[in-house]
Amino acid sequence: MSELVLDARNLLCPLPVIRTQNQVEKMNAGDTLCVQCTDHGVINDIPAWCRINGHEILSIDEQEYEIVIKLRVGECR
Amino acid sequence: MTKISNDNTQRKAVALVSGGLDSMLAVKVLQEQGVHVEGINFFTGFCVEGHTHAIRKKDRDKPKRNNALWVAEQLGIKLHILDVSEDYKDVVINPKHGYGANLNPCLDCKGFMVKQAMAWMEKNDFDFLITGEVMGQRPMSQRKDTMPVVSRESGAGDLLLRPLCAKLLPETLPEREGWVDRDQLLDFSGRNRKPQMALAEKFGFKEYAQPAGGCCFLTDANYSSKLADLWQARGEKTYEIDDIVMLKVGRHLRPKPHFKLIIAREEGETNFLRGYRKNYISLNTVSHSGPISLIDGEADEEDIELAARLVARFCSGRNADLVTVNVIQKSGESKDIDVKPLTADEIPQEWYV
Repeated sequence: MSELVLDARNLLCPLPVIRTQNQVEKMNAGDTLCVQCTDHGVINDIPAWCRINGHEILSIDEQEYEIVIKLRVGECR
Repeated sequence: MTKISNDNTQRKAVALVSGGLDSMLAVKVLQEQGVHVEGINFFTGFCVEGHTHAIRKKDRDKPKRNNALWVAEQLGIKLHILDVSEDYKDVVINPKHGYGANLNPCLDCKGFMVKQAMAWMEKNDFDFLITGEVMGQRPMSQRKDTMPVVSRESGAGDLLLRPLCAKLLPETLPEREGWVDRDQLLDFSGRNRKPQMALAEKFGFKEYAQPAGGCCFLTDANYSSKLADLWQARGEKTYEIDDIVMLKVGRHLRPKPHFKLIIAREEGETNFLRGYRKNYISLNTVSHSGPISLIDGEADEEDIELAARLVARFCSGRNADLVTVNVIQKSGESKDIDVKPLTADEIPQEWYV
């Protein structure tokens, strides 16, 4: 199981979602990905994308200017 | 009901999902016929409804969501978001069919998206494409005479099915093959939204985004005017993604043909523009509180002084004799200059882009 960090800071939605989607495509089920973002829209969008595509949100750490979302890659891709 | 065709295969359709009601209904109509549907949504750089919300602090507390993702979740379908922003430049810069009321190349745009969806469909082994188009709803891309143009020029041909107005169009391959039942498709036309609303009610959709179309900045007169100004100033029709995002941020004033100022309007924009300081000459008032400003273009000492006087006009010291402005070059070189703020009368309306 690998754990990767994706820098999606200074990107506006939906680009952080697209970068997450493209990174997850290269990962295996069970791997974890931490996505660093600055657009607060990701708090809705990345979990929605995960629910649709069968991935699990492990945590959302929201600071004033930065959000880190940790997800686990699901089987269903 | 699961519709099984003669060869016992559940057919698969890829739907262009904008996040609006029409594509939501189109997907549901096909799902009702047992077709497996997945959505596709394109990032062109101009579908930037969330950008202002993301940037402006005052908007941050408002609920914000990506409507395409939300629609996909309501429908229980997968959504694939593709970044086509690089290839899309040619659509915006050289539209074969021209622009609409503003810099919106709607007919070329639709053809481009259907072509991209076709490529995705073939790569992922899907059977046909659907859109939520309604005949007569859009002045360029959704007319009886232009809908066949999209089918033809995209290469989709009769693999492109428009469930909401299919009965007004020639039969497509999915209908002829029995993959979908034409009798259960619709004949919506015109700009009246009542049929869509009635169908939404029938399907139990209590909440949906307002009609699509407003999701593209190119249909906005103010935005198009800023893009046209950018092209005129550069002497050529080109752009990068940062350029088109920046057109949504701050006040834009062009005191001289070769440079313009982007002046933050509030704290959220100030924070956003701060992230771009290395790409532009930046100005910040230090003797008085004020917004960060960026100079887009080439500016000499005289230009920078004029820019600083203009920036000073937008700070709390606008009535002061002198305002100190910190100027940071792209190289990082920094210096303070004292300037007299411009008066309101000294800022011609034409400077506002």
